Amino acid sequence: MAFRSLLAMEETQNSDLMIQAMDLTHFYGPRPAIEEVSFGVKRGEILGFLGPNGAGKTTTMRILTGYMPPTEGKVTLADYDVVEQSLEVRKRIGYLPETVPLHTEMPVSSYLKYMGTLRGMPARQIKRRIGEVIDVCRLQDYHKTIIGKLSKGFRQRVGIAQAILHEPEVLVLDEPTIGIDPIQVVETRRLIQDLGREQTVVLSSHILPEVNMICERVLIIHEGHIVAEDTPGNLAQRLQGVDQLQVEVGGPAQEVLAALRRVPGVTEVTQRYNQGRNVYIVHVEQGKDLRDEISRAVVSNEWSLLSMQLVSMSLEDIFLRLTTHEEL
Amino acid sequence: MRTIQAVAWKEIQVYFGTPIAYIVGMIFLALTGIVFAIGVVPSENNPFPEATLDSFFTWTSLFLIFLPPALTMRLLAEEQKLGTIELLLTSPVRDWEVIIGKYTASFVFLLAMLALTLYYPLLLYIFAEPDLGPLYAGYLGLILYGAAALAIGMLTSTITSNQIVALIVGIGVIGALYVVHFSTDLVGGFASVLIGEIGFQSHYEDFGRGVIDTKHVVYFLSVIAVFLFLAIRSLEFRRWR
Repeated sequence: MAFRSLLAMEETQNSDLMIQAMDLTHFYGPRPAIEEVSFGVKRGEILGFLGPNGAGKTTTMRILTGYMPPTEGKVTLADYDVVEQSLEVRKRIGYLPETVPLHTEMPVSSYLKYMGTLRGMPARQIKRRIGEVIDVCRLQDYHKTIIGKLSKGFRQRVGIAQAILHEPEVLVLDEPTIGIDPIQVVETRRLIQDLGREQTVVLSSHILPEVNMICERVLIIHEGHIVAEDTPGNLAQRLQGVDQLQVEVGGPAQEVLAALRRVPGVTEVTQRYNQGRNVYIVHVEQGKDLRDEISRAVVSNEWSLLSMQLVSMSLEDIFLRLTTHEEL
Repeated sequence: MRTIQAVAWKEIQVYFGTPIAYIVGMIFLALTGIVFAIGVVPSENNPFPEATLDSFFTWTSLFLIFLPPALTMRLLAEEQKLGTIELLLTSPVRDWEVIIGKYTASFVFLLAMLALTLYYPLLLYIFAEPDLGPLYAGYLGLILYGAAALAIGMLTSTITSNQIVALIVGIGVIGALYVVHFSTDLVGGFASVLIGEIGFQSHYEDFGRGVIDTKHVVYFLSVIAVFLFLAIRSLEFRRWR
């Protein structure tokens, strides 16, 4: 796979790599949640894990943060082994688990103070940083509120506040925008981008546009395997080869479908009704322009070709492709 | 050390900031108040009571089957339920620091509860001339016994995310250690000696008589050490499940 060669290239310049994961496998009972997952994260990079629920994102993050050891494999963070030198690793990470677990009976500022002390921050620094993160996460009016009384969106902010409190070198954010309202989503994304300027960020998401917007590099993870790895731009480009044509034909649907499938180079045809008209989505082998052949096939059957257009795949399509097929 | 303090201080704040500890404390005071009164107020059965806390010490050991696990049940079960354990265990805190910190908090609360009962001996001192030896020793015994029960409660709180399960299993283990010496008559010989030594009662009784025997102190300290060790191991084991 392509990412392996990239990784091999990066291994030669170790110091650039903040996180290096090698052949991580983790079993829950007999079932592997992730299998031989390898990747590297450069210092200062924002890396996104993209995948549907249950793909293994959370498992990977839990291993990165030292919450649980991998069944097999090895991870280093800032050249410290996550299992062997767990404490050194844990000093350097800020973590926001997916469920945003917080001590609901505590007021925001005492909670942050507690988390700061746990991370071994000196009292004066804690005080200064609490002020800063409360500003950054816009919790000014709520620093004395009991966490349990905050809405989901504000709890999310408290979750991020505790993750960045000790200015960790690496931020691990598991689904940081799940379950909050759209305006807060936009704010949170902006915040993560700001943080990513100075810190290494690893985040997971099942929302494509989000990863596309925030991340410099994307790992697509599916059923415990990394199925693709690239920049969001390149990812789209790499898949641009897999073209789709949207063809509208006047004629008997079954026969048209069969005829289109017979065209050499066509891999798949699906039929879609669009406002009472028959529209066919024709998947074409990478890099081939089959518009000529398709129009000829339609016309030779004396059907009418009403329209034909190239559909460049949206990221959502790529994602669906990547995670429903494993051919990449 | 600072992390132990941080963990302990947070739990102490929660103890004194939430109603549950007050409810537990109130019940404890009500119950011990009644048994203290039974022991020292003249009645038909006991027209000339002695100025001792014997009744208080005997009965309180029974209450301490139930109270310590009620104090400790929250400590790790809730972290597991809420998922906050994920942030705790990914902070640069060692597993033993978590256990010791939380245990310390529960111990402080136990001490506070026992301190509130000090007005019983104070009353005795004002109205009579109690023998002070058994008072000191008795309180030491209560503290050691309570601390051992808290350690058992710590262990049961690590094994489940359900506070009720933690409570009931805790009561079960402490209760078993409390009553086990009654069964010494059922078995003979060495087994009966062993069972007697394992249980709380044979070690606790002497304190009430004013005897501080190193053997008994070592026994309770060992129980505390063993159960805290198991609690730490249980927490470590969580990571590998």
